[in-house]
Amino acid sequence: MPKVTMVEAINLAHLWEMAQDPAVVVLGEDVGVNGGVFRATVGLQQRFGSDRVQDAPLAEGLIAGVAIGMAAQGLRPVIEIQFMGFIYPALDQIANHMARLRNRTRGRLSCPVVLRVPHGGGIHAPEHHCESLEALLCHHPGLRVVCPSSPQRAYGLLLAAIRDPDPVMFLEPTRLYRYAKQDVSDDGQSLPLGQCFRLREGSDVTLLSWGAMTIETLKAAEQLAAEKIHCEVLDVASLSPIDFESILDSVVKTGRLVIVHEAARHCGVGAEIAATVTEHALYDLLAPIRRVTGYDTIMPLYRLEHDYIPGVERIMDTVRATLAD
Amino acid sequence: MNHSITPPDTHIPYVQLLDPAGSACGPLPAWAEDGSALLAMYRMMVRARVFDAKAVNLQRTGKLGTYPSCLGHEATHVAVGAAMRAEDVLFPVYREIATQFWRGVTMKDVLLYWGGDERGTLYEHSPQDFPFCVPIGSQMPHAAGAALAFRIRAEPRCAVAYIGDGGTSQGAFYEALNLAGVRKLPLVTIIVNNGWAISAPVSAQTATRTLAQKGVAAGVPGLQVDGNDVIGVREVVTQALVRARSGGGPTLIEALTYRLADHTTSDDASRYRPAAEVQAAQLLEPLIRTRRFLETRGLWSEQAESELRRECSAQVEQAVRDYLATAHQDAGAMFDFLYAHLPAQLRSQRDDARRYAANH
Repeated sequence: MPKVTMVEAINLAHLWEMAQDPAVVVLGEDVGVNGGVFRATVGLQQRFGSDRVQDAPLAEGLIAGVAIGMAAQGLRPVIEIQFMGFIYPALDQIANHMARLRNRTRGRLSCPVVLRVPHGGGIHAPEHHCESLEALLCHHPGLRVVCPSSPQRAYGLLLAAIRDPDPVMFLEPTRLYRYAKQDVSDDGQSLPLGQCFRLREGSDVTLLSWGAMTIETLKAAEQLAAEKIHCEVLDVASLSPIDFESILDSVVKTGRLVIVHEAARHCGVGAEIAATVTEHALYDLLAPIRRVTGYDTIMPLYRLEHDYIPGVERIMDTVRATLAD
Repeated sequence: MNHSITPPDTHIPYVQLLDPAGSACGPLPAWAEDGSALLAMYRMMVRARVFDAKAVNLQRTGKLGTYPSCLGHEATHVAVGAAMRAEDVLFPVYREIATQFWRGVTMKDVLLYWGGDERGTLYEHSPQDFPFCVPIGSQMPHAAGAALAFRIRAEPRCAVAYIGDGGTSQGAFYEALNLAGVRKLPLVTIIVNNGWAISAPVSAQTATRTLAQKGVAAGVPGLQVDGNDVIGVREVVTQALVRARSGGGPTLIEALTYRLADHTTSDDASRYRPAAEVQAAQLLEPLIRTRRFLETRGLWSEQAESELRRECSAQVEQAVRDYLATAHQDAGAMFDFLYAHLPAQLRSQRDDARRYAANH
């Protein structure tokens, strides 16, 4: 079993599925000879040729739109948007067409596209390279939005995303790309979309997170254990459609909920989760739901990025406050 | 580094084979010697016109939603349909119903769509064709994507994309054309230059002398054709498709026509467009010249015209009856095709939609 980083696991998932399914093609800026700016697609063009792994002209809207035409023709395009701040030109295609093609043709045409995009900050990258825009995508019915938090989950969820018959926005946390190595069984086994993963069992409070923020959240849970606060940590992983059933089960068990995400708070995915939990489990709550999120500011340039991204201390303080309510 | 400079080919030919008086401007292509080919195209032009008038009336009487008339565009639309092969794929804007009719889309399909029912995009006889594309220009990358798929699979098929004069101002138009140039994609793009993008004349869209020359920047050859000349359009599209199919790459065709009607039934073009301009354009419209040409060749008569009109009206009336008799979709239908399988989180919303729909 190879020990690999997340970006290597993403590469392995491509390799596996492209070998299995000749319909899988890769399109994006610098994904060919260069192997992607993060090297997620390294070696693919050499192995599968420049028809199946294509460098696209520098136009994100084009890449998303071309993928729609290819997908409707029976291919399974995996496209890369280089950084999340560059996804905006593609939103027209994502929202108006990718998300809607199945619906507007009553199932005659569909759009099995995977749009991979680096997500979040923390790697000293320039302006517009560090955004967390999952809420923008989650607001569009017809899309799946997925954000893995470990090499194995990136591998299994990416395989599931490529095999899924609908468009999947696959958000890859940049600071986890090379954060840690993990044994990944490169056996082609996918992991289920639309399901949470329980990363830690606990009885006092449920901590919900996804992507890179699961690392800080797990660290906070670890340290709080020393204070006899037993946190249950769920990796939401699939942000749309979302596994409310597992979330509600956990909240009903613990009676407390803290949601941790890097994206801005206002109209963030945390707000949707909090609203749904209150609709279904208000009387099981022992304390108000709290959120630890990025501030409602522009993502700062990198000298301040770690002041923006919620840290372990903020999470721990919030959990303590929740327990004190 | 190789920065060798090649001068761009900026010459934009103009093609007209049938003049407004209905006379051939020089030798016609061999296929045009076949009377049945010409008659089939004329019949479809009339069919589209009869349907179009009825659709506008249906909207005026509250039986159809907003509808974009194709009045005056019939030659281009029919010619493109006639030039395509069944296995090619069409990427329409939203006005090109005569092309769609040619490819097997039914009048009922078109009425259902503009009558507010997604089932109007089922296109039983052209199952890979894309439906209408309302966000202007955004169909162009889809067409490039299909063309790229044909290239990857080495299939001798073409993607045919429509775009309007206004659409050529969109980035997506240029981006798709650019990719088509880079990859020599089998993509034939027809700019239907009808003079107006709602209230904006072409002079407000661009300072270029032609729209076809916008291909120059993408390395895509372009040409203009009289869009009211059904023979000319069919010929240039056929040649472009032959070239694309054999690996010769994309072509950008600007068909010059005129939007004789309002932009849609919600528009009032008299607010921004001089009546004299419309009257002048009426003299150039495509049906008159095609009919004259057929009559000169002894292929058409007053009697044939009346029979055709009667036949088309009967077809349209039948389609309208079928359309009006189509039961609405169940309210739950808005959930049925969001995903291949409805996510659990949406089940209760679908139940609500059904429950409350039953109450009105």
